[in-house]
Amino acid sequence: MLAYYLRLGFRSLRRNPVLTVLMVLAIGVGVASSMTTYAVFRAVSANPIPERSSQLFVPAIDVWGPKARANGRQLPDMLTYTDAMALMRAHKAQHQAAIYPVSYTVIPQDVSREPFAVKGDATYGEFFPMFDAPFAYGNGWDASQDDAHAAVVVISSHLNQQLFAGANSVGRTIRLDDHDYRIVGVLADWNPQPRFYDVNVYSNTFSGAPDFFLPFTRAIDLQSETNGNDSCYGSEGRKPGWQGWVQSDCIWISFWVQLPDAAAVQAYTTFLQGYAAEQKRAGRFDWLPEVKLFGFRPWMDFEQVVPPETRISLLLSLGFLFVCLVNTVGLLLAKFLRRAGEIGVRRALGASRREIILQFLAEATMVGITGGVAGLLFTGAGVLGVGMVFEPDVAKLAHIDASLVALTMAVALVATVGAAFYPTWRAARVQPAWQLKSN
Amino acid sequence: MHIQPILAALRRHKAGTILIALQIALTLAIVCNSLFIIHQRLSHMDEASGVDEANLFVIQNMWGEQYSTQQAAGRIQEDVATLRQLPSVQDVTATNQYPLKGGGWDNFVTMTPDQRTATTDASYFLGDARFLSTLGVKLIAGRDFRPDEVQNLGLRQNVTPPVAIVSKALADKLFPHGDALGKSFYAMSSAPITVIGIVDVLHRADVSSWSASYTGESMVVPLRLAVPSGVCYIVRAKPGQLADAMREAPKALYAENRMRMIDPKDGLLSFAEIRHRAFERDRGMAVLMGIICAVLLAITAAGIVGLTSFWVGQRRRQIGVRRALGATHGDILSYFMTENLLISLAGVAIGVLLTFGLNLWLVTRFTLSVLPLTYVLGGIVILLLLGQGAVFAPALRASRVPPIEATRPA
Repeated sequence: MLAYYLRLGFRSLRRNPVLTVLMVLAIGVGVASSMTTYAVFRAVSANPIPERSSQLFVPAIDVWGPKARANGRQLPDMLTYTDAMALMRAHKAQHQAAIYPVSYTVIPQDVSREPFAVKGDATYGEFFPMFDAPFAYGNGWDASQDDAHAAVVVISSHLNQQLFAGANSVGRTIRLDDHDYRIVGVLADWNPQPRFYDVNVYSNTFSGAPDFFLPFTRAIDLQSETNGNDSCYGSEGRKPGWQGWVQSDCIWISFWVQLPDAAAVQAYTTFLQGYAAEQKRAGRFDWLPEVKLFGFRPWMDFEQVVPPETRISLLLSLGFLFVCLVNTVGLLLAKFLRRAGEIGVRRALGASRREIILQFLAEATMVGITGGVAGLLFTGAGVLGVGMVFEPDVAKLAHIDASLVALTMAVALVATVGAAFYPTWRAARVQPAWQLKSN
Repeated sequence: MHIQPILAALRRHKAGTILIALQIALTLAIVCNSLFIIHQRLSHMDEASGVDEANLFVIQNMWGEQYSTQQAAGRIQEDVATLRQLPSVQDVTATNQYPLKGGGWDNFVTMTPDQRTATTDASYFLGDARFLSTLGVKLIAGRDFRPDEVQNLGLRQNVTPPVAIVSKALADKLFPHGDALGKSFYAMSSAPITVIGIVDVLHRADVSSWSASYTGESMVVPLRLAVPSGVCYIVRAKPGQLADAMREAPKALYAENRMRMIDPKDGLLSFAEIRHRAFERDRGMAVLMGIICAVLLAITAAGIVGLTSFWVGQRRRQIGVRRALGATHGDILSYFMTENLLISLAGVAIGVLLTFGLNLWLVTRFTLSVLPLTYVLGGIVILLLLGQGAVFAPALRASRVPPIEATRPA
């Protein structure tokens, strides 16, 4: 019987094509706009490191004090050199790594090639196990090389391709600025998006992977400037030169810790509070600095990694879908009630209300399926055209996959059938006697 | 026109009436807020940079070798001389950043050296004696830099220049009485900086919402960025020769010294491209909102057409009766038009509440500004006209129902 109702529904759709096309287009456009903006939102708010994110934390220390906070400045979102080094030395977490972005020039050994700029991160050997970074060749460096300020480097598969045509380059030498480094590892394709571990690189949260990683201690020896944000608070001058900078209350270092369980989180929080109290006792601050340990998701929210544009567009698209559904309710109501006579005849011939409800829901299902197909086509066009609306870095992340296709169909179907409930109920309430009489 | 019978008829079509009114209300809320967002984004995109955009381009130059401060300063002078010799080039200046660059260098500004709360924040341009003339920025008071005032700023040096040229916006913020010239302020150091010149408009390097409360506040200091990581050349082409200059400039630089890097994607940008990139997000939002508004209005109109057509079909017999009893075409037409007007009015009444509700929510959630009343009034007019336009075709069809329908069974 259901198959028959579906066939009936299909026929009825063909009976008033204008109304049908209107409904299908409204559902298609509504679903497509929501799905397109959702594809972008999903891409930018994705968890780039799902297996590990629950164990990753970012410590924050309020080195600028309550006065700065009263002026509306947020809790500093990076660490000073002093604090980053103290936390590294204390080594209270399973893994911890200070990170800051640097930019160097590669001088190719082949003198006919022009030098080119590369971007990378200065960090500690624990970075790689903490973030589960996969290696194509070799490995990261170890703690002894951190301590030795070793001239070693891990390069990206992209840089390896550029310099060594993708061959195993472990053990070979690369010249960055005026210094030679021994390659100890080549990463496999690893480019978590958003690039969560260092969101303070100028607006490049969604850009390509860094080209290399080198020991933090080495980068500091070379006095390599940060390539990311450097925020200093207050107008008091600091001591000149490199020493003045690293001793200042300027924040420029990202810091991540891995804490495997709740007890470790508790212990680390206590440690941070103790550290802050100790710094106050030592006379560095005349206030007790607030400390905070951010989890992964709260940190992404605090740093506003998801551009507000994507969120506003998603919400407006959902509002738009809702209007399309209200529209569909109205059109279905018109369509169903126009057939009051037919319903009256069926009811008089013995069809129960349940049968009528089934018949009209089946018809709505047909509308939903057609709307879903239209929605899929529009979503495809929308995702292709998303570059017109969002920045290229963000737009290129949006893509259609099986789950988006399934979701599009499901949303179209559920929404349409949901919208059909009221019109169906009205249709089922048609009084057969009244209809027969008026005919 | 009697409103009473229309209301009585509507009472028999509660569901349809409510649906149309609800749709109009929601459409009004979304369209008003979208139009407002579009307007805000567009006006942000229209901000004047203050520079001669038609003839300017920028070369982001990085060195392949590690130079000392003196060497870097020498290299910059060589490069600038090379570029100036090009026939298509009018003038060149070396700097750290340019208006609309995005991000960039800015300093908090205070009136006293030990003030903890900054008075404001200014975009910090390093410029030489040809900075203003190359960019085409208009000096409205005071004087330009003299060549002998320009000092080198090496890597990690903390040089506070004694003088600065400020934008009018910054001058007015610091010295509201309009007497900024000759006065001093502090920019994150304990040495004062004296205002020697005021320029009309010089847009900040940053374009993000963070800069919204410091719009147009920028300062130029007589410093030359002489660091190994590189420098930015702003080149002004002779009128109409921008394309030639952009083709010749990198060639000339590479011919002079091969150990340099000019990024193929971001290293050479015309100002038109810079403006385009700076407001990519804003343009995107405006386009998206525009599309949503247009489609939403179309769908609402289609919904009204659909439901009214249904009502007309349902009431053919009644229309026939009215016509037979002497109602004119015009009476029938105006009946349906008035009916729609009443529903639309109810819809916009609810819609105004929804509009302000949605706006309030956007204000608290996304720090948007409060919607001006004109947008709501404009939205109401648009929706009332849309309703009348959409209902016209079915109403016209209704008015053509012949009186003979009265005698036919329904």
